[in-house]
Amino acid sequence: MSADQRRYGPRHRLLSVLVENKAGVLARVAGLFSRRGYNIYSLAVAPTDNERFSRISIVVDVESAPLEQVVAQLDKLINVVEIGELHPDEAREAELLLVSVSVDARQRSQVIELVGVFGGRIVDVGHDAITVMVAGTPEAIDDFEDLMRPYGIAGLQRTGRIALPKLDGRSSASGAAAPPVGIA
Amino acid sequence: MELTGAQALVKSLEMQEVEVMFGLPGGAILPVYDPIIDSPIRHILVRHEQGAGHMAEGYAQATGRPGVAMVTSGPAATNIVTALADAYMDSIPLVCITGQVATSAIGTDAFQETDTTGITLGVTKHNWLVTDAADIPQIVREAFHIATTGRPGPVLIDFPKDVANASMEWYWPDGVDLPGYHPASHPDPEAIRAAAALILAAERPVIYAGGGILKSRASEALRELVNLTGIPVVTTLMARGSFPDSDPLCLGMPGMHGNYAAVTAMQRADLLLALGSRFDDRVTGKVSAFAPGAKVVHVDIDKAEIGKVRRPDVGVVADCRLAIEALVGEIKAFGSPDDNWLAPWIATIRRWQAEYPCTYDRSESGRGATSGTSRRPTLKPQFVIESLRAATPADTILVSGVGQHQMWASQYWSFEYPNTWINSGGLGTMGFAVPAAIGAKVGRPDRMVWAVDGDGCFQMTAQELATATAERVPVKIAILNNAYLGMVRQWQHMFYEERYSEVYLSPDLPDYVGWAESMGCIGLRVESPEEVTPAIEKANEIDDRPVVIDFRTDSMEQVFPIVPAGASNDDIVTYQSRSGSGAEVLP
Repeated sequence: MSADQRRYGPRHRLLSVLVENKAGVLARVAGLFSRRGYNIYSLAVAPTDNERFSRISIVVDVESAPLEQVVAQLDKLINVVEIGELHPDEAREAELLLVSVSVDARQRSQVIELVGVFGGRIVDVGHDAITVMVAGTPEAIDDFEDLMRPYGIAGLQRTGRIALPKLDGRSSASGAAAPPVGIA
Repeated sequence: MELTGAQALVKSLEMQEVEVMFGLPGGAILPVYDPIIDSPIRHILVRHEQGAGHMAEGYAQATGRPGVAMVTSGPAATNIVTALADAYMDSIPLVCITGQVATSAIGTDAFQETDTTGITLGVTKHNWLVTDAADIPQIVREAFHIATTGRPGPVLIDFPKDVANASMEWYWPDGVDLPGYHPASHPDPEAIRAAAALILAAERPVIYAGGGILKSRASEALRELVNLTGIPVVTTLMARGSFPDSDPLCLGMPGMHGNYAAVTAMQRADLLLALGSRFDDRVTGKVSAFAPGAKVVHVDIDKAEIGKVRRPDVGVVADCRLAIEALVGEIKAFGSPDDNWLAPWIATIRRWQAEYPCTYDRSESGRGATSGTSRRPTLKPQFVIESLRAATPADTILVSGVGQHQMWASQYWSFEYPNTWINSGGLGTMGFAVPAAIGAKVGRPDRMVWAVDGDGCFQMTAQELATATAERVPVKIAILNNAYLGMVRQWQHMFYEERYSEVYLSPDLPDYVGWAESMGCIGLRVESPEEVTPAIEKANEIDDRPVVIDFRTDSMEQVFPIVPAGASNDDIVTYQSRSGSGAEVLP
């Protein structure tokens, strides 16, 4: 897969935004992006271990605006507590994919084999389709989605990228988030 | 002490030392209007909610205190959105309270329901929907804190009727709990050192003073910086009065309708010291051609302004006054500059000032040329402004609407004191002047308050003169009545081959004098230069009701200089006398 086919190119940067867990905060963040003309590529939000705060992981298209300006404007939102940029080399990134793939009986085993390679799970089986769940780096999810496409994708949902900084400043990929197959 | 939510709201406003609020009651806000009767807070009953918002803005700008407006839900809330947007653009501290349908009815398309917090998300610094009466004191305290600190701005509290009627145990919070709000204050000493070094190395520096000077009460500090360095100052539309026009180093207003000397000094500068200004498009013209040879030091309390339009060589995120004071200290530590260090630069600027002053053709005497039954007035609007300036106290507060009259007011009034100029700069809200003048006069009853308004603007909000009469707020309104939407007409003249589309208003419809008198004001009409000063003097003597003067002015008059929209500031077009060579206006 060439670089420009990749969903996450150099124009995409990941912001990890800690916000107060209050009504309407997501609307404030999304509204800021739309009224200032910034593009959101993906967005994931959930409460943190401290229920007073939520963490929003936003993949920003920096071709639409300089990242510095996006961060400065976000920082002006009263409910935004902390903003960090997570560089791919310094972060553990993960994404979850659910995909329903059209398969006949013969193809099914091929798909199940690929799911195994990517460490995924079969979550539903029908007469002419199966639904699988794969978690991994966004790049691995890209690759898996690519491999499924020839079979025929009947439905697909990705969560958007979430991330945390690497521990102890290590920069080599390892553990659950590492891509299972060759990633350029 | 048990209070209703409504009582707690009013008591919280009293705790914030609110002395006056502007508003209009209605269904959802009714519970709050009951305790208002027993409160020492003065309530000014407006005729339209937009008026309440602009009055609160005028009050805030004249006093430096937050303006407070209160209206009901639905259409009242949407009517005040324009004023919120205006305050957001011009960084004016407002606290706006809107009624809301009961929490149980929210989302059901109830009568007079709008998603007010949703609608105002993009035009407020922050807003709240109160869902629990126990939160009221905390929210009010936070609202005033956010509105008045950092970069000031409007905030809105949406107040459902059932919350107003619920009961709560009164308390007053010790402070605010805002983990994500840390307004800048003191500058980084390293940035100040770098800025001072750039300033002292410059040969053609210009101070580009913006509205932040007034917001941070930095006029004295700016004066000290200028005294120390001798650097000339331009004052933007939002900063007029922050540095006195009478000072030889004040070059006046920059930008689209700025002085030639102010615009050109910025273009030729080797250093711009931007203090609380935001490189607005009306100042920069074509950004890529703006001050091409200048290094930039940009001081702003809002980090997002640093580098938004122009990347500075040194950015200082700080309160403007504290940053200027630090700069003064740092420059003194370097050793104050030699008295004549800028002499060649100042001499160049003096030549520009002498060659291209702000000027216009003098008014012909009499009431203008008659052709058939119609008479075209020849009274010059600029002459009216100059006469008004000459006949009023130095600390008069001048308020304007938006358009040609606003630019003439900024150009031909001489501002000597901070907070004596109130206008709609960023949003360009026609109809701002009448209500903003009323708010200013309410806040500063000791001062004379004049509004200069256009005939188009006046018709948008004139009904608030009924408010002024009823509340005994003796504002004075000078309508520069040229019978047109003048600025639009000017653009159609210059850029649309004189194809005038939908800009004619008529000088006589409405009858401004009759309209003023119907609202309890004194109405006067002036048609010749000879009548101007006597009418102003008569108006100045009236202190028990508003006065409106209908000045019939020359509709052909245009605002010069002008930098056409999107052009480089190098392409500034200066005044072309219509009685002189008859040269074409544009290159």
